[in-house]
Amino acid sequence: MADKKKDSDQTEHAEGEAPLHGLLAEYDSTAALIAASKKVRDAGFEKWDTYTPFPVHGIDGAMGIKMTKLPWIVLGAAITGLTTAILMQWWMNAVDYKYIISGKPFWSIPASVPIYFELTVLFSAFAALGGMLALNNLPLPSHPLDLKERFAKVTDDKFFLMIQAADAKFDERETRALLEGTHPTVLDVVLEDRTSPSKLPTGLVYGLLIVATASLIPFAFIAKARFAKSEKTRVHVVGDMDWQLKFQAQQAHPFFADGRAERPEIPETVAVGHLREDDHLFRGKEQDTWARTFPTSIEPSADALERGKEKFGVYCAPCHGFAGDGDGPISVRAQELAEGTWVPPTNVHQDYLRQMPVGQLFDTVTHGIRNMAGYGQLIEPEDRWKIVMYLRALQRSRQTSVDDVPEAERGALK
Amino acid sequence: MAAISDVNPFVQPPKGDNDFARVTDNVSRIAEVNRPPRAWYIAFGISTSLLGLFGISVAYLFWEGIGIWGNMNPSYWGFPIVNFVFWVGIGHAGTLISAILYLMRQTWRTAINRFAEAMTIFAVICAAVFPGLHVGRPWLPYWMFPIPNQMQMWPQFRSPLEWDVFAVGTYATVSLLFWYMGMIPDLATFRDRSTSPLRRALYGAFAMGWRGSSRQWHRYERAYLLLAALATPLVLSVHSVVSFDFATSQMPGWHTTIFPPYFVAGAIFGGFAMVVTLAVPARQFFGLKRIITINHLELMSKIILATGMMVGYAYGMEFFIAWYSGSAYEGFALLNRAVGPFAWSYWAMIFCNVVTPQVFWFKSMRRNVWVIFFVGVLVNIGMWFERFVIIVTSGSRDFLPASWGYFIPTAWDFATLAGSFGLFFTLFLLFCRYLPMVAMAEVKAFVPAAHASGDHH
Ligand code: HEC
Repeated sequence: MADKKKDSDQTEHAEGEAPLHGLLAEYDSTAALIAASKKVRDAGFEKWDTYTPFPVHGIDGAMGIKMTKLPWIVLGAAITGLTTAILMQWWMNAVDYKYIISGKPFWSIPASVPIYFELTVLFSAFAALGGMLALNNLPLPSHPLDLKERFAKVTDDKFFLMIQAADAKFDERETRALLEGTHPTVLDVVLEDRTSPSKLPTGLVYGLLIVATASLIPFAFIAKARFAKSEKTRVHVVGDMDWQLKFQAQQAHPFFADGRAERPEIPETVAVGHLREDDHLFRGKEQDTWARTFPTSIEPSADALERGKEKFGVYCAPCHGFAGDGDGPISVRAQELAEGTWVPPTNVHQDYLRQMPVGQLFDTVTHGIRNMAGYGQLIEPEDRWKIVMYLRALQRSRQTSVDDVPEAERGALK
Repeated sequence: MAAISDVNPFVQPPKGDNDFARVTDNVSRIAEVNRPPRAWYIAFGISTSLLGLFGISVAYLFWEGIGIWGNMNPSYWGFPIVNFVFWVGIGHAGTLISAILYLMRQTWRTAINRFAEAMTIFAVICAAVFPGLHVGRPWLPYWMFPIPNQMQMWPQFRSPLEWDVFAVGTYATVSLLFWYMGMIPDLATFRDRSTSPLRRALYGAFAMGWRGSSRQWHRYERAYLLLAALATPLVLSVHSVVSFDFATSQMPGWHTTIFPPYFVAGAIFGGFAMVVTLAVPARQFFGLKRIITINHLELMSKIILATGMMVGYAYGMEFFIAWYSGSAYEGFALLNRAVGPFAWSYWAMIFCNVVTPQVFWFKSMRRNVWVIFFVGVLVNIGMWFERFVIIVTSGSRDFLPASWGYFIPTAWDFATLAGSFGLFFTLFLLFCRYLPMVAMAEVKAFVPAAHASGDHH
């Protein structure tokens, strides 16, 4: 009870007590606080502050608070975040582990913009909160004002102003007179805090230290696992996901006599529709050599060439170009990027290709060659032949003379 | 047991001899009374049961594998991704209210921003769970992050799915920081009002010694403004990035440039619907009607109406573009939505998202809490169906007719979805019980008494 009394009623600083921390004035309204602040500001005090339940409009000017440097801290963090995002994506995807993804460049700015943005914002947000706390000297576990019971109202509905005794201009009597002139509802002294322990309890400190050290143990194990070798198979946490009820290629199977899960083709049988015994049509061969003629079912005609042209445009032109010069848009783009991973498509107007039997060209389309993939899965055999026919027409188009044009139409060329 | 309604602190007018004190009292006592209202217990009971169901579904999933779900060739994304996009969408209103409305100086937002932010964080938690579950190997999601792994590989940063990891991760983190920072002064109020040492210690620890110093408020307000400025493009970006998962793919019905704005509008729409769905009962049961007034609900109804029409416009525009592009696949995909095997979900979506919000043209409807609540619920359902329509109809009718199929969810799909609501509501109810539901300091700054100085601004 005695304590209470001292706390709320004492207005004079008596001898023998804890040293004086400051003088505290309480106000009922924001208007009174702002008026008081202006007076204290003009009196030239430096170590003083006001305390309010919410940010009071206009108090910054009344107290002469200077603009915080927080925005610069946040700007610094934003630049760091952006740089991190750039370096991280570039180093991880273009240097340390090069992913080849559908011929895309290893490093391109548009594809990495989303992550630039995200990391910029992420770093800035941490800086905004962290910087605010650091500049505000928070967290601050105890403060002399905490000893004032009425100060608890600061987070409810009351407004306070305190001038610290540490201020150069502070003089107990004069300062008191100054504050009284601002008509506070209560004027009070604040003593230094001698009761709250200045240190954290040792038990808590050691407890935290132990927890902090213990939390490093898993990381130590992970770090060890990165270098150590182990003879044991890895731990299967969830068995059902690792051993699924299905058989994969090259697994053992108890049911079959040969013990294999993968079933070989049964000799002497063919799946329905897969006979394909016409060597000429399906494989481009005649008596085991490359066919030099088109299969009988593929008759040269304007329609067939038109079809061949269409399919060539779809499947071949992106790389080989519409005229077969090896200058398709994909190739041009890849060469611009100069990543060193691109093999240029062949120019089909070369002599050896002109001499090449159509059967072999057909096989190139079907199975691909060296770096070119096969298109047998995507294009029907008839269409593959028509592509070859069109390719032949392209080749021919570079070896013509006026004599190839019918006599009657030569006039139109002149 | 004495009936709780004997002394219901929530119907008594708040105490205090000025507006500031009344705001403090009205908000603080929600967390201070010994017993929350009976409705809280009922809701909490249901929520925790659903949370239990969630736990069981996830445990069984980890044990058995994702085969327990209906995801199947060709609809691989199924419920988990529908739920993911749904929850991320919900998570938009909170930060929109706190950041964008703050920058636009919409002071009415102070009544609702705190719990809308809380809602955001809990929704993002629910959202983040699903991709983690969907990868099918719950011990490997760390592969999504740029941390060294045993394969010596790094994430592939040119993939929109990887952008998602960063977008959703950043959004969750920044929303959390924003929410926490906004709460510091209010936690200090709770600390100063607490009567038990435990409460004092806990609230005190999180309030970090906030004492309302004006010099601190100055930096605090700067930081808040900066966070708002950072969060604003972030809100717009998260759902844009989520929409890239679809838009940058080749799938008909997904490969469209309208997706980012359309997704963002939909997210705000769905998010606000969730805010009103929660605000109506919360203000009712916790006696917050003086703070979250019918005017606030009316403003939110207007936003729902506006964003609902943007979404409706996008639905129409999708058809126009499909026709205008001349692409047979696009045309088919869109027609298939409206008249194909999943037409029921498409029309459910149109009804909930486009038709129901139209009631808000009428003032009497905008001020009727029952109407607001039911429209909110329907819009949430509609927004869930929107994601279902996008993900399932396109997925089950891709380029190859040979792989077409019909998506049939399993009981576990529904259990996980219901369970995620359990997770969401459990977190939300705990928040209502223990944390400041309304941003007291911000509300006080706008009560008339705060400007009694004859403010010339
Ligand atoms: C993705 C790009 C690409 C496409 C599409 C493509 N090619 Fe090629 N093609 C190449 C490349 C690269 C080479 C050279 C391969 C090498 O030398 O390793 C090549 C080589 C060739 C050759 C020369 C074979 C030889 O014996 O030297 C022919 C003929 C050919 N392509 C025809 C076609 C036809 C016909 C099509 C359409 C069905 C086609 N290509 C589609 C990239 C392509």
